[in-house]
Amino acid sequence: MMNLLTEPVGISHYMVVSAVLFVCGVLCMTTKRNAIGVLMGIELVLNGANLNFIAFGSPILGGGQSPLGFDGQWIAMFVIVLAAAEAAVALAIALNFYHTHASIDVDRGEELKG
Amino acid sequence: MGLQSTLPLLLGLAWLLPLASFALILLFGPRMGRAGRHAASLATVAILTSLALSVTALTWWLVAHPLVGGHAEHGVPAPIVGDWYPLGDFGSLRITVGYYIDSLTLAMFCMVTLVASCIHVYSIGYMHSELSEVFDAQAPKSDGQPLCRRGRFCRFFQYLSLFCFSMLGLVLAGNAAMVFVFWELVGICSYLLIGFWHERRSASNAANKAFIVNRVGDFGMLIGLMALWAGLGTFSFNDIFQIVRPGADHALVVPPGMNYGLLVVAGLGIFCGCVGKSAQFPLHVWLPDAMEGPTPVSALIHAATMVAAGVYLVGRFYPIFTPEVLLVIASIGVITLFMAASIALVATDIKRVLAYSTVSQLGFMMLGLGVGGWLAGMFHLFTHAFFKSLLFLGSGSVIHACDTNEMPQMGGLRKKMPVTAYTMLVGCLAIAGAGIPMVIGLSGFYSKDCIIAQALSFRLQNPVLGGLFYYASLLGAGMTAFYMFRMWFLTFAGRPRDERVYAHAHESPRLMTVPLVILAIPAAIVAWSVPGTHWGLDTLLQQARPAGIDGASGGQFWPGVVMPAESVSHLNHAISGAAEWSAIGVALTGFLVAVAFYGLRRWNANDVRRMFSPIYWFLVHKWWFDELYAFLFVRPVLCVSRWVAIVDQRGIDWLVDGSARLVHGVAILDDWIDRLLVDSLVNALARRTYALGIRLRAIQTGSIRQYVVWIAVGVVGLFVLMSFYWNVTT
Repeated sequence: MMNLLTEPVGISHYMVVSAVLFVCGVLCMTTKRNAIGVLMGIELVLNGANLNFIAFGSPILGGGQSPLGFDGQWIAMFVIVLAAAEAAVALAIALNFYHTHASIDVDRGEELKG
Repeated sequence: MGLQSTLPLLLGLAWLLPLASFALILLFGPRMGRAGRHAASLATVAILTSLALSVTALTWWLVAHPLVGGHAEHGVPAPIVGDWYPLGDFGSLRITVGYYIDSLTLAMFCMVTLVASCIHVYSIGYMHSELSEVFDAQAPKSDGQPLCRRGRFCRFFQYLSLFCFSMLGLVLAGNAAMVFVFWELVGICSYLLIGFWHERRSASNAANKAFIVNRVGDFGMLIGLMALWAGLGTFSFNDIFQIVRPGADHALVVPPGMNYGLLVVAGLGIFCGCVGKSAQFPLHVWLPDAMEGPTPVSALIHAATMVAAGVYLVGRFYPIFTPEVLLVIASIGVITLFMAASIALVATDIKRVLAYSTVSQLGFMMLGLGVGGWLAGMFHLFTHAFFKSLLFLGSGSVIHACDTNEMPQMGGLRKKMPVTAYTMLVGCLAIAGAGIPMVIGLSGFYSKDCIIAQALSFRLQNPVLGGLFYYASLLGAGMTAFYMFRMWFLTFAGRPRDERVYAHAHESPRLMTVPLVILAIPAAIVAWSVPGTHWGLDTLLQQARPAGIDGASGGQFWPGVVMPAESVSHLNHAISGAAEWSAIGVALTGFLVAVAFYGLRRWNANDVRRMFSPIYWFLVHKWWFDELYAFLFVRPVLCVSRWVAIVDQRGIDWLVDGSARLVHGVAILDDWIDRLLVDSLVNALARRTYALGIRLRAIQTGSIRQYVVWIAVGVVGLFVLMSFYWNVTT
């Protein structure tokens, strides 16, 4: 932990930030009952993952070599597009959910159970 | 276009048109108008077109081969022969669909299509009741109610068309194999039409009888054809005639590869088929029973055309017949004509009188052919076709009006149905051979004279046998006149004997009387020549006379017999004059006796019946032929079949039942195993899966947030696991 503070900024620092983002996202998804809140959590999780891809794709951060190379950038781009599409779909679901339940409390969707 | 290509085309079309009509009615019959009434129009148009084509073909032929008189054989034009379609080559056996066209073929075509056309038109009226539902009182159901069934109008015309096709094919055939095919086809048409009202027990029995009796004859015919083919190696008429009569004088020689006995067998075999089809003794029993069919069928098939096919075939195969075979033909003919005429004397069913008269007249034709009179036999075939179809149609008209076949219930119908009465009178006069010797006569006068003159000519050569033939034929001619006028007087003259029948009687509709009038014309005049020329039916047939058959003597087995040349009986006025006078004499006697009994009622028929009661019973029971055959053939066959049935039921059925029971037992065992083992295994698996599913259901809570926790925990868990086992080698 101390090393991180003394070292120059590298992949590890990015990983820490992305881990924090990821955990924040997961917690948000699990704790929020509001569907919009859950969606926000998802965005956080996706962006946390994206940050990792960028970091592993960057030759500068990796000290001249990168594990993923340019692919990291590409995958990040895909994830962004995917996130956008997912957000559109999820918002549509949320709207319909609201129509049927007159609320967007995800706990009200219990009829999904088997 | 020459004759060689035109005639096959015209006759081929005329032959196939009825087939087309048959096929169309078979496929679309019930949909042709209400209850299929337009099927009749289709069939009639087809046969009328055939008639037009046949007449055109005959005209064409006559333009190319004008008729000449006399008996010169050098004027005989060559027949037109050829093949349309080869069916197959089996070694040296070649089977084809071919044609053999000479003036006999053309005359037969015109006769068959003309008679058939009249009968088609007549049938439209006669079968009218078949257009709606029919209540058949003669076919009661088990509860005694009359049977109610759908009308079969279009089926009737379908069969008629098929028959016309078959009959024309039989006439046109260029080889014996094709003849046999169409021979059987006309047989099946006859069977179908006799059994047209097959719900009636008598009709279905009669159809079976006709079919089975014909099989007996056809068996002989097959033997004859096999003998012929074995000896000659060909079925084509033209080849056969050229092989059998090769020389310039066309005398019959035994071809190499064949001996005389085989030639006799071939001739007898073919004649055997003709005996069956033409209802000659001893196979005549089916024809009177065949009257169960509708009357137009009796007229067309069982009087004018099909039964005459046997005579036609004898005429066609004439060059291969040895004197012995001819003698057999003549003997059979004489027996038949006498026996049938004697039965006709006492029959009371109007159609049966005509049926026995048909058998008798066919016997006349066979006699004529058998004693060397090729032209005489053929000539009588044509005249008979016209007057007998006329008589049958007339009787149909009477039956249509009276609803009964029994002549004792009729009488006095002349006033009610004049057209029928007087056209039938023309028919009766024609069949009796009415005429003024040396001047003029109706058709039967000429043709029967030819036969009797030939019999007389034969008698001059062979006194004993010929005397028998000659007097039997004279007696037959006398009886013919008697029973025909007996029929006419009983039906049309005198006072009505059954008031109910008389009140109900009425003249038939125009559709039925017009064919009668049309047929009455050829029945009267078909034997006449155009005045001042030689143009007539006899000179036309003379063109088809096979070469070399005029006059034959002594076969190898019976050297004594001499067949007189036919020209002798024509040219020798002593013979023809004597025959003419004696024929008209016996006919007149028969007529006068009929007048005395039934016209003027001078003599009482009942007294005569009592006086000769044994003979009367003998005749009423039709010489006990049916009983004899029942005793000789039917009962033994039934007895044997009963035994076979017992063997079948006790033995074979037991085996079959036993094996079935065995299989049943094995199946029960299999079923038990199946239920106990296989089913329980599968059911247990299904139950387990279901229970597992129920249990796994609990996990799915429906709370999204809980799922997310599970996913997160799962992912973390995966990473933890991976971190234990993942060796980072770099």
